[in-house]
Amino acid sequence: MAAVGLVLPMAEEGESHFPPTPGDFWQPMFAIPGTDYYFTRPMALLAIATVTLMVWLWLTTRQAAVVPSKGQWLTEQVYNFARNGIARDMIGSRDFMRFVPFLFAMFTFILLNNLFGIIPPFQNPTMARIGFPIGLTAIVYVVYHWVGIKHKGGLGAYLGSLLPSGLPGWIKPFILFLELITFFITRPLTLALRLFGNMFAGHMLLVVFIVGGWYMFKTFEPGLMAVAIPAWVLGGALTVFEGLIQFLQAYVFTLLAASYIGGALADEH
Amino acid sequence: MELTTIASGVLMASEEAEPMGAGEHAIPILPYMPELIFGLIMFGIFYWFVATKVVPNLEKAYAERTAAIEGGMQAAEQAQAEAAAAKKQYEDQLADARAEAARIREHAKEQGAQIVAEMRGQAQAEAARISETAGKQIEAERQQAMVQLRGEVGQISTDLASKIVGESLHDEARQRGIVDRFLADLEAGSIQPEKLGTGEGR
Repeated sequence: MAAVGLVLPMAEEGESHFPPTPGDFWQPMFAIPGTDYYFTRPMALLAIATVTLMVWLWLTTRQAAVVPSKGQWLTEQVYNFARNGIARDMIGSRDFMRFVPFLFAMFTFILLNNLFGIIPPFQNPTMARIGFPIGLTAIVYVVYHWVGIKHKGGLGAYLGSLLPSGLPGWIKPFILFLELITFFITRPLTLALRLFGNMFAGHMLLVVFIVGGWYMFKTFEPGLMAVAIPAWVLGGALTVFEGLIQFLQAYVFTLLAASYIGGALADEH
Repeated sequence: MELTTIASGVLMASEEAEPMGAGEHAIPILPYMPELIFGLIMFGIFYWFVATKVVPNLEKAYAERTAAIEGGMQAAEQAQAEAAAAKKQYEDQLADARAEAARIREHAKEQGAQIVAEMRGQAQAEAARISETAGKQIEAERQQAMVQLRGEVGQISTDLASKIVGESLHDEARQRGIVDRFLADLEAGSIQPEKLGTGEGR
């Protein structure tokens, strides 16, 4: 019961301090038995998001019909978006079907976890804990390198393919060095940090406006109370804006993952 | 340093229930390993579910939809072709019927003309036959009347002549010869009635 209660937003407990700090995102629930580790609230949210998605997808596609039901139609819109708008556009119609399940799973998984940032009573974007973006990025990282090595026929050929053809000899080492940094460091780093940073900062911003408004209101000083109202209005507007960003980040993450896979499968660099 | 201070200050009520380095976990850029691993497991389960339960169903529905649309189009095309064939057949039949009707009409016209011609011929033949019969009858009657008249006229004229001459010529052999000769002359036109009349008046 206590664990369920802890899944609710921490904002009530957070009343004791303002402004919000990065530490607010550290929300342990209970110790994992036999270890020094904690089961955290974002982990619970992640599990809820996963189960929700699975139940929804199971209900709407279990009896997928030629003439779709409303639920199936909705799922198909998201599926088409990931399948045609991301996978096929980025990878090309020859190979994309293999990666559709991966990209569709990636997109919906990140999207719902992001949207948890504005959906009561969760109101905490899971991806604001960097462990999750790193995990997803690691999968993308392994997948696109693996696909590339397999497609090019070996590690050496893969690394060689990173180099654009037709370069003068003396510049090749520099370009190869830059390409290696891009492929092995920049790409995964930016992929993980972009998602994490957007969710983290967006949540901080919302907390500042909404909890900050509450703090000003609580003083019962007319001047501050008058400022609290616009703060809340702005907080509401920012919540809508944040919803857009949460969608966009899920899209960007999946799009880049598809683009990396598509690049690894491309015959010409 | 400062981050750690803030973080430990933030941990508030849960401070006492937080025996291990909370400050370290509060640094947002460092992954908390249980979260990372838990995220991988959850995504792994979700990916397995999507790849085995969701996508195949959706793709099957898509394929069926494509097949249904293509099948529908094929059926429509077939129906159209059938309709066109039926239309052509009807038109052919109609043209045949028209030609047949025209042929029949032509035939009827010909037949009618033939019948009329035949009837006309028959009627003419009949008319000719009737008029011929009538002519013959008239001729016979005339002959009979002529013979009778000749006899009577002879009788009367003989009587008259007897009375005039005062002597009976009835049993005279030449009596018949005279009358006949007179009548033949009369018929041949050698003796005009006017002359006779004139002679009688004389």
